[in-house]
Amino acid sequence: MSEPLLEIKNLKVEFDVRDGIVHAVDGVTFTINRGETLGVIGESGCGKSITAKTVMRMVPHPGKIPAGEIIYHRRDKYNPDKAVEVINITNLDPHGEEIRHIRGGEFAMIFQEPMSCLTPVYTAGVHIKEALDLHRLLPRKVGDQMAEVISGYRHVTKEEAREIAIEMLHRVGLPKPEQRVDSYPHQLSGGQRQRVMIAIALSCQPAMLIADEPTTALDVSIEAQILDIMRDLQDTAGMAIMFITHNLGVVAEMAKEIVVMYMGKQVEKASTVKIFYESKHPYTRALLQSIPKVGKRSSGRLASIEGMVPDPFNLPTGCVFHPRCPSYMPGKCDKIVPKWQEIEKDHWVRCLLYEGV
Amino acid sequence: MLSYILRRLGYAAIMLVLVSFVSFLIIELPPGDYLTKKLQDLQARGDRSAELRIAEYRVRYGLDKPLMERYWIWISNFVKGDFGESFEFERPVTEILGNRIGFTVLMAVSVIIVQWAVAIPIGVYSATHQYSLGDQIITTVSFVGLGMPGFLLALLVMFVAMVVLGQEVSGLFSQEFKDAPWTIAKIIDLLKHLWIPALVGSVTGTAGLVRIMRGNLLETLGQPFIEAARARGLTKRQVTWKHAVRVAINPLIIILGSETLPSVVAGNALVATVLNLPTVGPLYVLALQSQDMYLAGTVLIFIVAMTLIGSLLADLTLAALDPRIRLE
Repeated sequence: MSEPLLEIKNLKVEFDVRDGIVHAVDGVTFTINRGETLGVIGESGCGKSITAKTVMRMVPHPGKIPAGEIIYHRRDKYNPDKAVEVINITNLDPHGEEIRHIRGGEFAMIFQEPMSCLTPVYTAGVHIKEALDLHRLLPRKVGDQMAEVISGYRHVTKEEAREIAIEMLHRVGLPKPEQRVDSYPHQLSGGQRQRVMIAIALSCQPAMLIADEPTTALDVSIEAQILDIMRDLQDTAGMAIMFITHNLGVVAEMAKEIVVMYMGKQVEKASTVKIFYESKHPYTRALLQSIPKVGKRSSGRLASIEGMVPDPFNLPTGCVFHPRCPSYMPGKCDKIVPKWQEIEKDHWVRCLLYEGV
Repeated sequence: MLSYILRRLGYAAIMLVLVSFVSFLIIELPPGDYLTKKLQDLQARGDRSAELRIAEYRVRYGLDKPLMERYWIWISNFVKGDFGESFEFERPVTEILGNRIGFTVLMAVSVIIVQWAVAIPIGVYSATHQYSLGDQIITTVSFVGLGMPGFLLALLVMFVAMVVLGQEVSGLFSQEFKDAPWTIAKIIDLLKHLWIPALVGSVTGTAGLVRIMRGNLLETLGQPFIEAARARGLTKRQVTWKHAVRVAINPLIIILGSETLPSVVAGNALVATVLNLPTVGPLYVLALQSQDMYLAGTVLIFIVAMTLIGSLLADLTLAALDPRIRLE
């Protein structure tokens, strides 16, 4: 039975800017289970990244969280027998001690632009050591080798930090890790930098990795390598992944379950297989149709979704997707706001086609 | 690395020779020279033997020789440490500058320390609290500081000191201490006078530095590596100082080297003139006006030398601080 790690309930994030209020995230609800991968897909600007940043409580200014909850079921990584602690992340102070403990230590994040995610004046090793100093503890062992007892935990020493850094760089497949640990970011390629980012993220044994389009800036062969590494490490570390992407091919490879987002709202959620073979929402279908297929020669143009992404200050009434929807029902879709409902077991959708109106 | 430094020093030497020659030439350009003016003065006073005395001077200062020869004599003595003789003061340039350089360096160094110690924390605060009330106040004040010329500020401060505080403000010493030997009382008197030039110099320089620091830091704070550092769980202070300021401060090193260091020699001549300070700045302006060419040339060469040394030091420091920069 899968055990929930993170439950996001009816989360809303708003930006009050000069031209009005942007509802960047509008009532998002999903659960990430321990050790599983959830894919979040959608076009640029649909609120995927903001959702991820909200989990880390790093919503950029002037964003606010007017409603919703992010419930984190914390299991102490140094004391697994301890009862699971329930933390409401939305109630934490975004500059407080507790959230800083979670950031990096329990939820690690990797970003879209590996080229500029490492501080240019510090080596890969310094970055990893920084994370280790904050979040990693080593067991203090008592007794001989036959009967070792862990009596407590201590911080990592400088030499150990270096050893762990080399070990981590080795695990993410960086060649010559003993030398690379002293490399500055500009001496590494994009793929290598993203490996270093993953090494930093995993060095503190987080319960969840938030990957915000981690391979968008990389070329395809490097992308495949990075995805392989993430999958391998997930298996060995038993870590959950929240995988944000707009690349449907990538998400099919990585995720067990997929959430589709459009204009800050989730429109469909189901297992990966169901999303790809039995998708219900017209937006999901349109997205899937727009994937070019190798080997299939078609005379026509590549399928695309009609129209433009609406102005965030002036959202359409009713269903936000109705102006672009191929199954648009006049008089209904532009008037009634569809509900988030479960139409089959574990298959949720937000569309009037399934509401019988 | 060593070959780089040697090469840069070589370029600097060539540069110095060129600058010294061009400046010599430019000082020479206006019709007549120092002695033509002097002759007029003497004749106006009715000195009959003026022509004779001026001719004597002309030989003594070597002004009868052609330009190239004069330049050669001056520059070859310069290398030996003899900077020539000032016409105006009728004393060696070395002696005149020697009397003033101490105060000039003292003034400049105290101003630089105040400027940097004040500007960097304020700039960092201003950037990390962008558009807050504190930032708005700092921005307004620093624009006033940037916009107001130093000499105007000097006049205002003098007015306040004289009229409101009833203090004698001109120069660095009161009349009774001017030629007195160094005593505690003289030092106290110096400090009483020093605060005005230090304040004026600091305010004008600090404003610019605050703006640069704020701009650089804001740009750096928008970089993805700042967000990544926050996502690792660092405190706001660690992110600001260890990651952002560490990267944003690099351009300021260039300013410190190539703008601030040369100001140690001549300083702000205009402010020093208004405040009647015994520094090199006003002397330099005077020498240029009266075509006192050996004095002016010497000061100019020192300014250029400091600029060249300063930018070399800045480049070396920057290479040490920023691994992306390699010296070749």
